[in-house]
Amino acid sequence: MGHLSTTPAADPATDRTMILNMGPQHPSTHGVLRLLLEIDGEQVVRMMPDIGFLHTGIEKTAEAKFYQQVVPLTDRIDYLCPMTNNFCYVLAVEKLLGLEVPPRAQWIRVMLNELQRISSHLVWLGTHAMDIGAMSVFLYCFREREDLLRIYEMVSGQRMMTSYFRIGGLALDPPLGFFDAVKKFLNIFPERVDEYENLLTGNRIFIDRLKDVAHLSAEDAIALGATGPTLRASGIDFDLRRDMPYSSYEKFKFKVPVAKDGDVWARYLCRVAELRESREIAKQALEGLPSGPTKADAPKVVLPDREKMKTEMEALIYHFKIVTEGFTVPAGEVYQAIESPRGEMGYYVVSDGTAKPMRVHMRSPSYANLQALPKMCEGRLIADVVAAIGSIDIVLGEIDR
Amino acid sequence: MPLEPPITDLGQLKERPAIAALLAWNQNAVQGAKFDRNELSVYVAREYIRQACEQLQNKGLVDFLSDLTCADYYPREPRFEVAYHLLSMQRKDRVRLKVKLDGDDASVESITALWPAANFFEREVFDLFGIRFLGHPYLRRIMMPEDWEGHPLRRDYPVEGYR
Repeated sequence: MGHLSTTPAADPATDRTMILNMGPQHPSTHGVLRLLLEIDGEQVVRMMPDIGFLHTGIEKTAEAKFYQQVVPLTDRIDYLCPMTNNFCYVLAVEKLLGLEVPPRAQWIRVMLNELQRISSHLVWLGTHAMDIGAMSVFLYCFREREDLLRIYEMVSGQRMMTSYFRIGGLALDPPLGFFDAVKKFLNIFPERVDEYENLLTGNRIFIDRLKDVAHLSAEDAIALGATGPTLRASGIDFDLRRDMPYSSYEKFKFKVPVAKDGDVWARYLCRVAELRESREIAKQALEGLPSGPTKADAPKVVLPDREKMKTEMEALIYHFKIVTEGFTVPAGEVYQAIESPRGEMGYYVVSDGTAKPMRVHMRSPSYANLQALPKMCEGRLIADVVAAIGSIDIVLGEIDR
Repeated sequence: MPLEPPITDLGQLKERPAIAALLAWNQNAVQGAKFDRNELSVYVAREYIRQACEQLQNKGLVDFLSDLTCADYYPREPRFEVAYHLLSMQRKDRVRLKVKLDGDDASVESITALWPAANFFEREVFDLFGIRFLGHPYLRRIMMPEDWEGHPLRRDYPVEGYR
């Protein structure tokens, strides 16, 4: 074994660091994220995220589907807020088509989207607290999430992969009892948030683990493309719902929670405040819900009612054509961005004038927010990495797509 | 809101702040523009894209890189169009810069020096389209395995892959 003798011996004086693999199966990386940590003792010197383990080629698959067939694919991108993804995609295609959606559909979309934000934030809160060591919050959060999943099941027949928003409106008008269920949930929810806050916001151990940990300055947040609560916790007051409204958001009154410190604690406070604000928006949408149709009057794009198909020849023909050959979309390109629970979710859809999209690109907020993670963690302890990952609320399905 | 025909005449669009700033800086950099569905696109010459972004950033017309991606218009040449979605949080406005690239020389200057956020986006475009970003600090595959052959999002790459 002569060749081994040429290997230089490790020199304790200069080789101070080692490489540690965190993930891809680590429970607090929230999915299959692999982090390469270069550590000096307990301290992280450098960090590099390694992603792609969940890559399923959704963008490529979308190019082989009709426009309406892409909607169920978008559910699978971010499985914690499928409706937000449906929402962004259908808005993009509607913009390409120049299609106006009736007010009732817009308001129901806003309401469901805000409920989706609540349910996504509940998963974040539960898992984030559990990473820190507060086990019981998880159980409380999932209790309320269960209510929300039942609401989605009522409206779409599915608990998670809803695909309820369609190009041109909604799949169906919500069923009987749906609005009562939403109202009941919205009425009890504020005291439930108080419950979480009682467990966490004044908790000495929780504060010590979160405060002054994983700083991100406003300049770094902008340079690294961070959006959503991650950006707002660094003191930048920007929310697409308020600043570049879509789908009637300009008609709702709500506050945008902003925090100055840019640490994990600030991100926690922002998201918990968003839970309450989302409830406010959903309440306004429920109370002021306009009546009218939930589908646009565009027979070549929107599937006809089942009842009409039994009596009208034309409806049957349109149904047959949409299902078998789709509908053509005028050539062009759009970038539609909405505020997802994690930040700016953008769909870039390019049409070449046929019935299948030429390109669908998803700008996922987690993908950009993840780039801010090394900046937050370098120079800090390994234990803080866990808190930092929880605080940017990443979903790996959305990162790898 | 029925669709209005796109405005593609640069003369009609030259009052727009982003285009005005770019034209004032360098006439040759702007190859064309399009205003379609309330979105402004500016075609920038390949050799000027980094400087064009820098100009817009320095003049305060944009401050945030929302997205960077690409579309393949195969079999047309130049087949690739790299799209830079820039956002101004101050003015609450977006502008899209586009660069056309030939298939046999698909490379463009990296903008990671202006926005570190471009790092992952450019790696993704490199991985899935095979476009090289010159000056990128770590241009490696990000989605596909290291030893993967081909670039899946190219239009001449079959959906079910090569077997």
